[in-house]
Amino acid sequence: MNYDIIVVGGGHAGCEAALVGARTNHNTLLITSNKNNIADMPCNPSIGGPAKGIVVREIAALGGEMANNIDKSFLQMKMLNTKKGPAVRALRAQADKITYKKEMLKTLESEKNLTILEAMVEDLIIDNDVIKGVILENGDKISSKAVVLTTGTYLKGTVLYGSTKISSGPHDERPSKFLSDNLKKLGFRIKRLKTGTPPRIEKSSIDFSKAELQPGDDVEHFFSFYNENHYDVTKQIPCYLIYTTPVTHQIIRDNLDKSSMYGGYVEGVGPRYCPSIEDKIVRFSDKERHQLFLEPESIFYDDIYIQGFSTSMPHDIQEKMVHSLPGLENAVINKYAYAIEYDAIDSTQLKPTLETKIISGLYTAGQINGTSGYEEAACQGLMAGINAVLKLDGKEGLVLKRNEAYIGVLIDDLVTKGVIDPYRLLTSRAEYRLLLRHDNADLRLMDYGKSIGLISNTQYNKLTNKRKNINKLIKDLKEYLLNPNNENNQYLESINTPKIVVTTSLYDLLKRPEINIKDLNKFIDLSYDEDVLEQVNINVKYEGYIVKANKEAEKMAAYENIKIPDNIDYEQIHNIAKEAKQKLSEIRPTSIGQAMRISGVNPSDITMLMVYLKRKNNE
Amino acid sequence: MNDTITAISTSLGVGAISIVRISGKDSIKIANSIFKGKDLTTVDSHTINYGHIVDNNEIIDEILVSVMKAPKTFTCEDVVEINCHGGIATTNKILELVLLNGARLAEPGEFTKRAFLNGRIDLVEAESVMDLIDAKTEQSRKLSINQLSGKLSQIIKNFRQQLLELLASIEVNIDYPEYEDIEVITNNNIKKEIANIKNELLNIINESENGKIIKTGIKVAIIGRPNVGKSSILNRFLDEEKAIVTDIAGTTRDIVEGQASIDGILFNFVDTAGIREAHDIVEKIGIEKSKREMDNADLVLLVVNNNEKLSDEDINLINLLPKKSIIVVNKNDLKQEIDLSDIEHDCVFVNTVQFNGIDPLKNKIKEMFNFEQLNRGDFTYLSNARQISLAKDAYNIIKDIELGIEENVPTDLIEIDIKRIWEKLGEILGETYSDELIDQLFTQFCLGK
Repeated sequence: MNYDIIVVGGGHAGCEAALVGARTNHNTLLITSNKNNIADMPCNPSIGGPAKGIVVREIAALGGEMANNIDKSFLQMKMLNTKKGPAVRALRAQADKITYKKEMLKTLESEKNLTILEAMVEDLIIDNDVIKGVILENGDKISSKAVVLTTGTYLKGTVLYGSTKISSGPHDERPSKFLSDNLKKLGFRIKRLKTGTPPRIEKSSIDFSKAELQPGDDVEHFFSFYNENHYDVTKQIPCYLIYTTPVTHQIIRDNLDKSSMYGGYVEGVGPRYCPSIEDKIVRFSDKERHQLFLEPESIFYDDIYIQGFSTSMPHDIQEKMVHSLPGLENAVINKYAYAIEYDAIDSTQLKPTLETKIISGLYTAGQINGTSGYEEAACQGLMAGINAVLKLDGKEGLVLKRNEAYIGVLIDDLVTKGVIDPYRLLTSRAEYRLLLRHDNADLRLMDYGKSIGLISNTQYNKLTNKRKNINKLIKDLKEYLLNPNNENNQYLESINTPKIVVTTSLYDLLKRPEINIKDLNKFIDLSYDEDVLEQVNINVKYEGYIVKANKEAEKMAAYENIKIPDNIDYEQIHNIAKEAKQKLSEIRPTSIGQAMRISGVNPSDITMLMVYLKRKNNE
Repeated sequence: MNDTITAISTSLGVGAISIVRISGKDSIKIANSIFKGKDLTTVDSHTINYGHIVDNNEIIDEILVSVMKAPKTFTCEDVVEINCHGGIATTNKILELVLLNGARLAEPGEFTKRAFLNGRIDLVEAESVMDLIDAKTEQSRKLSINQLSGKLSQIIKNFRQQLLELLASIEVNIDYPEYEDIEVITNNNIKKEIANIKNELLNIINESENGKIIKTGIKVAIIGRPNVGKSSILNRFLDEEKAIVTDIAGTTRDIVEGQASIDGILFNFVDTAGIREAHDIVEKIGIEKSKREMDNADLVLLVVNNNEKLSDEDINLINLLPKKSIIVVNKNDLKQEIDLSDIEHDCVFVNTVQFNGIDPLKNKIKEMFNFEQLNRGDFTYLSNARQISLAKDAYNIIKDIELGIEENVPTDLIEIDIKRIWEKLGEILGETYSDELIDQLFTQFCLGK
């Protein structure tokens, strides 16, 4: 057997990577331990949210699948942060876990260049630091020109609750026991991370009358672009909000040492943004209550996920904890909460293309790189896949910049700073989030998707059209000058905005915070698509801030454009602090911009590095 | 940075002792070659050694030499300091010998630069040391030293912490929009928080301008018609006060006629193109030029004569006077003919015949520049142009924010500007970008799924 690309793992990263291979006409093999768990969501039943939702849009713009798939399988859609500015608006969907998996499998199986194999990979075939394929558990060898590892939590996965410790992946799946040892032998630094998941409750055993209803939005939303489908907004499945009680807190405090975490059974480092409920109660002891969301997992079975209640307590304590919650006094636990530990590699051993520095042609994506979250995984799978095919085709890799995409922020953080606890994307990680909006992901990234061959002509034409319309409308707004006559001013007063005293363009008028673009319908033809109007509205209203952000980004870009040659020997540069030298040699940044972001590298080190580069260039 | 550098690191002629500092890998070898006493190449680090500087057996001076080996030195390199007896000739001679034996003359601030590049000190410290070196008066020395102690850094750090908490609160609203227990930060909250920082920042900027006076001194232009006694007044200042005669290149861009320190504050009397010349400056260089000179000065002294009526030229000049100016009515020992009843500017009556004849002028200046306050001595200001300009940037961004709040700009856009203030203040401290904000987010709030 001989493939162009082998993808190891069928989670959210693996699916994207495999689809990129297949859709760019590369003979691709996806190896998973269980076909039925492809695109599984072992934890929360939702996709999107702040920053993450924008990543899903970016995936769509680049030609990935996650957006399409959730659009086919959501239970409810909600636009978050609508009361805030446009930069932070983010879409989140509650997913039907069953439909999500089924739809993704269908998509994968419809790709003619893609083969799915149920097997366990235990080792890699490597020749002179170049990947040649994989070795299965049964000893079979499969060769390929590139391999993408997307092993999730399966690398030496260990499930924990109380003092119980079981070698297992999620859903009692078999973990991969030897692959991480073999990676270690190749020189990868292996770290142990931990995450956790809350209990699942039988829906019929919950008294929802004690909970607060959390419905979906009453307008339609889609993650994918130019989606012309419709759905009945009234048929969305709601979530519910409840709070922990003093009794809950007491139970947890009384039994703290029985949890895996506080009992000392956990080795891995857990995520800060997703602490277990016992962590929350210890760390924020003055808080009287914590919010919990009750979220449906699917319409095909009755599990309710308690968001905010992840724990590693033994089962008997979990029973008590759950029963202390309002409406859950008689709740039946269908699945107990657990913590899971797994191996990950040091992400600073990756190039910005997600190719490993040690083995040419080997890529890693998702939790193996220390991230957590379906969206984080999917976008890395997509980028690893894209870069693998670009390399196979002899083309330069695609590295998104921090001012281009949240994906760029995420990967740059991974390869430059590394992770200590599982990494989650947050809007606060992005310096230029006003540029990285939900609404403009297609304008930012679809050209890349097109050039790689993942965006269809039909879709691309829509983008071209959108651009044309945006430009035309902006031009029209600038050219339409409003006289300060009575009739106009009467209208302005009628829409609650001050009169004009001099001739004013509609463009300038739109800058007023109280004016919506649709108010200008009286003067100018606004028969454009909603997303064109939205784009123009945002660009005009926030022009000042966008210009500022662009300026900042340009400043940064200047540093990004100072490239550091591959073969640089940091030992040769005098006057760089020892720690900085070590960090630079380890991470081997590709640009001054990247070097600046390495912790432990100080401005003075950067100065010396730049002086050195300048001198080298002059030689 | 492989060579060895040297310079006289004390003000020439001011103190009883002058120090010639040498830094670099050959510094001990070089010092040893002109030193008669112990073998400096074998003495312990951080020792002071008695001996003589010799030039071919001719004894130049009796000295103490400090030998400090890398890395525990100011520059992290081998450093030798020759403490010799002041006096320009001797000190220069020793410097010359050091140069002859292989050192290179240091550029201004190069020791500090090396300390900075070798990771010995951070940016704020580097700048303070630079100021300390440049410090010409006791006041400015105090200011520089205070800054080194981190007092300033602490104030800025407090601002940043305040902003960081605000930022984290806003970010948490964005990243966790459904957490109802977390206080939602509105533009009004921001307005309150920011107003506080704005006021304090403005204080710092204002005080820093004072700090600048302490550090770089007051630039004084003396103008007036010919023969009103401009140079006599200048000479009075220089005679009565401790005149500073050094002229270390690069300390001032102006051609300084003379420097004097009054109560510890440095006065630079700048050349207004020919105070000393007998020619009429107004006639010679024209109104425009004198106006420019006046604008550049921190203080303008217009000299007129007590025993003459104001001439048209005098009145022309009076009309040109900037806000900070004093009309110096000279020759108050002669009969008063001058009529100043229509003049709104401060006037003082002096003469250059008596010993304390210009005291009224000195007192007026002290009052004008609030010497009493300057002398109180609790200096925690930003003391160089880069820092002051960053603080001003931060201040202006706050004004932008206030404008944005007026216009109902969404909080998350306002927040971008808050972040910029935080970064500007970080630049003052010379800190690198770090994950401080993320860390703050997770220590301040209880979040998670």
